[in-house]
Amino acid sequence: MIYLDHSATSPVDPKVFKAMEPYFVDSFGNASTLYSLGREARKVMEENRKMVASLIGANPDEIIFTSGGTESDNIAIKGTAYRLKDKGNHIITSNIEHPAVDETCKYLEKKGFNVTYLSAGEDGIVSVSDLQDAITDETILITIMHANNEIGTIQPINEIGEIAREHKIIFHTDAVQSVGKIPVDVNQLNVDMLSLSAHKLYGPKGIGALYVKRGVRLEPILHGGGHEKGIRPGTENVAGIVGLGKACQIAKENLEETEQYVTSIRDEIIEKVLSEVEQSYLNGHSTKRLPNNINFRFKSIEGESLVLHLDAKGIASSTGSACSSKKLEPSHVLLALGLEEVDAHGSLRLTLGKENKKEEIDYIVKSIKDAVETLRKLSPLWCQVEQ
Amino acid sequence: MYSEKVMDHFSNPRNVGEIEEADGIGTVGNPTCGDLMTIYIKVKDNIIEDIKFKTFGCGAAIATSSMVTELAMGKTIEEALEITRNDVANELEGLPPVKMHCSNLAADALHAAIDDYKKKLAEK
Ligand SMILES: Cc1ncc(COP(=O)(O)O)c(C=O)c1O
Ligand code: FES
Repeated sequence: MIYLDHSATSPVDPKVFKAMEPYFVDSFGNASTLYSLGREARKVMEENRKMVASLIGANPDEIIFTSGGTESDNIAIKGTAYRLKDKGNHIITSNIEHPAVDETCKYLEKKGFNVTYLSAGEDGIVSVSDLQDAITDETILITIMHANNEIGTIQPINEIGEIAREHKIIFHTDAVQSVGKIPVDVNQLNVDMLSLSAHKLYGPKGIGALYVKRGVRLEPILHGGGHEKGIRPGTENVAGIVGLGKACQIAKENLEETEQYVTSIRDEIIEKVLSEVEQSYLNGHSTKRLPNNINFRFKSIEGESLVLHLDAKGIASSTGSACSSKKLEPSHVLLALGLEEVDAHGSLRLTLGKENKKEEIDYIVKSIKDAVETLRKLSPLWCQVEQ
Repeated sequence: MYSEKVMDHFSNPRNVGEIEEADGIGTVGNPTCGDLMTIYIKVKDNIIEDIKFKTFGCGAAIATSSMVTELAMGKTIEEALEITRNDVANELEGLPPVKMHCSNLAADALHAAIDDYKKKLAEK
């Protein structure tokens, strides 16, 4: 199988798995206990906190372990909203956020907060001047993703961060898709909080972290035994933390090399498909995008059928087509780009990883070309386009 | 998520294409997700002697179109009108609940083609 769905999840790196293994059966201690088994767990946890911090240029005491991206986003957004609700009730986000942010904002709207959803525009990038215009005296939080999970576009986080700082507004970014793929430095990005998740960078599922800058206070949304500074109580997932730490360490060591390698595969696939397949387009900005993200649009065909055809050829991919979503609605990200619903139907997302091979490129391109042609022969829309 | 039968009809759809000078043409669109299906029939002595389809839609939409053409081929107009939305899904060994509307689409397209045929017949 050629796996081209790394933005959904990535395989666990065997080195990560190996690092985790001792922490299930042998070194199973509870990190809050006093005897040596527990102390060992505490020690290994703190070592791994350093590795996570080091990947994003943070201090270890600014890292809170969570169960993943969704939880980090919830803690950051609700925690800030509840903490600062007497100061103001306005939140700014974008219209291309992952549901972990989008749905959290919608929930807060129901609870009486006002939310502005900045429009990402045709190229999938939020405008800094729109953000500036949206700020009011009531604004307490800005939450805008670093890189989009569907179209891979990279947002001007450091500029937004500067503006947020000028206005003394808390700024959170969901960097689940960018951490480990492009350089991410919390100081350079001017962020107060940042979410990341292990399973997108060759670590295990169910573990992640929230960076919280020193001095930033959150209202806890979970209550319990006071772990992780009381922000995320619950017996620590030591094996998971080791997995996250190791994944961050490996990502840091190979960041530049992997970034260049994956970018070269990305660009070759994009170039070949756009030139070999009629009426094919790239969704999202062509260069301000993640090194591993490709999002095509093919006229007159539907994405779920395309994904099924590619699966039959041994290629795992995904689509933003309405037909493949549980609610039968096209991806809100593709609609945010201004695409018609019928065109959003024809989208195909390929997200690459470090284990993909250059030798696979021609097979991938040919498979896409064949599948698109097969489906167009079936499509009543295609002959209308041809005529 | 799809049965083997669905995947078979999706991967090797039967009766794909258009019929020139068709006796009846039915096109239906699905408002839920904006998909489109057209069925063409050729009728001789009240029997559907040829039927073809073109579909823009998901795996289920393609499989149900293929199945409905197979079910209707060689049937009399009256028999073909009795093919229901459920028949199509049942013949495919079931569809995921969210995809049931795609099977409705296929039966509706067949019925629309037959209505068109009857209308043309009345005009003659
Ligand atoms: C941008 C973004 N944010 C948040 C998440 C959720 O992360 P997790 O699956 O770790 O909860 C994802 C993953 O699907 C994502 O792509
Ligand atoms: S055609 Fe859209 S779900 Fe079947």
